[in-house]
Amino acid sequence: MGRKVLLDKAHIEGIRYYDVYRKNGGYAAVEKALKMDPAAVVEEVKKSGLRGRGGAGFPTGMKWSFIAKPEGVPRHLVCNADESEPGTFKDRYLMEFIPHLLIEGLIVSSWALGSNNTYIYIRGEYAWIVDILEQAITEAKNNGWLGKNIMNTGFDCEIHVQRGAGAYICGEETALIESLEGKRGNPRIKPPFPAVKGVWDRPTVVNNVETLAAVVPIINLGGEEYAKIGVGKSTGTKLISACGNIKKPGVYEIDMTISVEEFIYSDEYCGGIPNGKKLKACIPGGSSVPILPANLLLKTAKGEQRMMTYESLSDGGFATGSMMGSGGFIVFDEDQCVVRHTYTLARFYRHESCGQCSPCREGTGWMEKILKNIEYGSGKMSDIDLLWDIQRRIEGNTICPLGDAAAWPVAAAIRHFRDEFEWHVNNPEESQRRNYGLAHYADERQVVVG
Amino acid sequence: MAEEVKKEAPKLFKVTIDNITIEVPPGTSILNAARQIGGEVAPPAMCYYSKLQGSGGKCRTCLVEVAAGSTADPRPMPKLVASCRTNVMDGMIVKNITSEKVIDARNGVVEFLLLNHPLDCPICDQAGECHLQDLSYEHGKESTRYEFSRRTFEKHDLGPYIQLHMTRCILCYRCVFTADQISKKRVHGVLDRGDHAEIATYIEKSLDNDFIGNVIDVCPVGALTDKTFRFKNRVWFTKPVDAHRDCPKCSGKVQLWMRGKEVFRVTARKDEWGEVKDWICNDCRFEKKDTADWTIEGPSHVSRHSVISQGHYEKLEKPNETLVKVLDGRAPKLLMDIHSVSEVNKPTVKLSAIEGPAHSDDFNTAK
Ligand SMILES: Cc1cc2nc3c(=O)[nH]c(=O)nc-3n(C[C@H](O)[C@H](O)[C@H](O)COP(=O)(O)O)c2cc1C
Ligand code: SF4
Ligand code: SF4
Ligand code: FES
Repeated sequence: MGRKVLLDKAHIEGIRYYDVYRKNGGYAAVEKALKMDPAAVVEEVKKSGLRGRGGAGFPTGMKWSFIAKPEGVPRHLVCNADESEPGTFKDRYLMEFIPHLLIEGLIVSSWALGSNNTYIYIRGEYAWIVDILEQAITEAKNNGWLGKNIMNTGFDCEIHVQRGAGAYICGEETALIESLEGKRGNPRIKPPFPAVKGVWDRPTVVNNVETLAAVVPIINLGGEEYAKIGVGKSTGTKLISACGNIKKPGVYEIDMTISVEEFIYSDEYCGGIPNGKKLKACIPGGSSVPILPANLLLKTAKGEQRMMTYESLSDGGFATGSMMGSGGFIVFDEDQCVVRHTYTLARFYRHESCGQCSPCREGTGWMEKILKNIEYGSGKMSDIDLLWDIQRRIEGNTICPLGDAAAWPVAAAIRHFRDEFEWHVNNPEESQRRNYGLAHYADERQVVVG
Repeated sequence: MAEEVKKEAPKLFKVTIDNITIEVPPGTSILNAARQIGGEVAPPAMCYYSKLQGSGGKCRTCLVEVAAGSTADPRPMPKLVASCRTNVMDGMIVKNITSEKVIDARNGVVEFLLLNHPLDCPICDQAGECHLQDLSYEHGKESTRYEFSRRTFEKHDLGPYIQLHMTRCILCYRCVFTADQISKKRVHGVLDRGDHAEIATYIEKSLDNDFIGNVIDVCPVGALTDKTFRFKNRVWFTKPVDAHRDCPKCSGKVQLWMRGKEVFRVTARKDEWGEVKDWICNDCRFEKKDTADWTIEGPSHVSRHSVISQGHYEKLEKPNETLVKVLDGRAPKLLMDIHSVSEVNKPTVKLSAIEGPAHSDDFNTAK
């Protein structure tokens, strides 16, 4: 049984409300942190080894220490709750069931960073969660955890919730900042980075919901103690939203010591593949990260057991590995078609590109059209190389990582499943009739871990 | 004394671009440093516009490779960077046309920019002064790998003077920045996103601001064109001259595009990078189409490489040699003289005696 520090209390009846949350040890981290020096709080977060849970995995403590502190200029903390990556729905669970954990994390982090006005930028479609958060904020305020002069420290803090309007790109931190300012959500050209010029050109830190919630156990346990959970540079716990062809889809908190195999097959987590089917492939970290065939998913190219950690998931680079990403774990059984799936993702990225830079604006649309042809039986063999060439010329040449995120899934699908693309081109009628791909990638075993 | 001077002189940064080293003040972008070297070393720029704050970074044609970040940190940058939005550091080493990666990426960008472009140059008013046209001549391929129907939009009139042909737009945002800078309340911008994004005004509002005509000049392609010039002439048949007038609204320094005595078009003057020198007002641009309105200064400088130079003689010099001299004192009679070295020209036939142009019959001595 893995250790849980975020969702350990999520099942308690009424934990959504302040009284129950408080009775179960809530707001202890605020009490503790506000007696500490803000710099000491940053130090604890550094010691914890916490890495950003929004996708890039950047060390949070380091990010916090980069924030510029010009005299007389307000600083801001922004919580990124835009969660729009296909396959990722962990923040939603956390905010919906245990909202006070986020609010508590926000207060502690605001104290550490010196933010008197902190923002939650939430995905517009999470409309009902806005109400939950607003209520939690009101409760916190009524109990003196927010507002003026919190705990007689002289520290003022307000949390504002801002809804997005339905754009994936507004999850990118600088697009988010533009959108928060009321502008069109176009990513900014960096530098300057938000740590120097963020919201209204003031120093800003943008962090993911889960990252900020994790600050609570870090303060409660102490950074060093928190760092003992997990292995290597993958400290603490990670929320994984698992979906696709598994028996038990849902949000799991793992302590980053388990293997991918255990996560998929054990009854404690996904419970294996339903309907007696075999595992074919998996996207381990949300739609943007490379898809892996079963053999490379369960074992690294070196033949080692692949673990659910930042390091192990990216072992082998993009040639044979993938990424932890945002923890959106999408599982495919033998019946699923990688071409169809890649086309679906290409459609998504084409639709979500902000259109600022030419490679992403034009390249995403082009890839979508070619993939559609292949999927619907009018593809050519040369299209596969063309796709490769297009993604190669998008990757790394754009303003923001959405261009890369659009290129990587296409690259990985061709890299690992090229013959499935070729099979579509050679058997246009059959591939449409069956509407699924080749099964020979599938993992031979059905259930391994009990 | 000497020390004081030393203190005042700002420290310059040394930067090497395509093996040429120059010194520039801190805060200079790689692109502007490269422009100081000039020629091929200057990366093409489709969205950056030095006069427009915030412009650049979008089209990605100006991508360059940074082989060494600075003397202090000589590591190369992992990705190609947009030279228009990346500042030089002391000791930076940049590769533009000497980098295969850059050339490859730039070819890719050109392909992307042309992907949905209508290539209707034969009927586009911008042809001849279009930066996309130049860019594709330099980097494009003759054929396209794109096999799908291209994206199209309806044409829109943005008020009485300006037409928006969105199908040709490359979304460089220059017009948006222009409007931002010259008007208090910008009424046009980008709607929608991705490859369906478009420059637009809400509900076809006309752009009315005394200086809004400048969006035509900043547009690198034929997406924003001058309705008063529409289909009137090809730019290379008209001759640009510098002219000015006393204008209460702007500097009044313009370029007139003339054919004979007729003024076909008025634009702002542009520098060697195709950027407007002084914004001009709508009156000068759209209402003053009579030579009498203007004091003509003389022919404008046109780059030799531009097709516009074909109908344009900036410095006409009369040759010293006259035809008579070339012909050794013989008066030029008929063009047939050139055959004096060939068999056709029989000495028995007196060329000067033939009326009108000679033809083969005149040489048929057998007759
Ligand atoms: C296209 C795009 C979408 C993103 N969407 C999200 C998102 O929905 N939620 C999120 O936390 N981070 C998202 N990110 C990552 C953020 O830019 C940023 O790295 C993150 O919020 C930093 O928080 P962290 O350090 O806590 O991970 C996105 C990035 C890109 C490029
Ligand atoms: S990469 Fe795509 S989403 Fe990001 S700025 Fe460029 S066009 Fe916009
Ligand atoms: S209309 Fe012209 S200036 Fe405006 S964004 Fe399009 S190409 Fe650029
Ligand atoms: S000119 Fe630099 S990106 Fe367009």
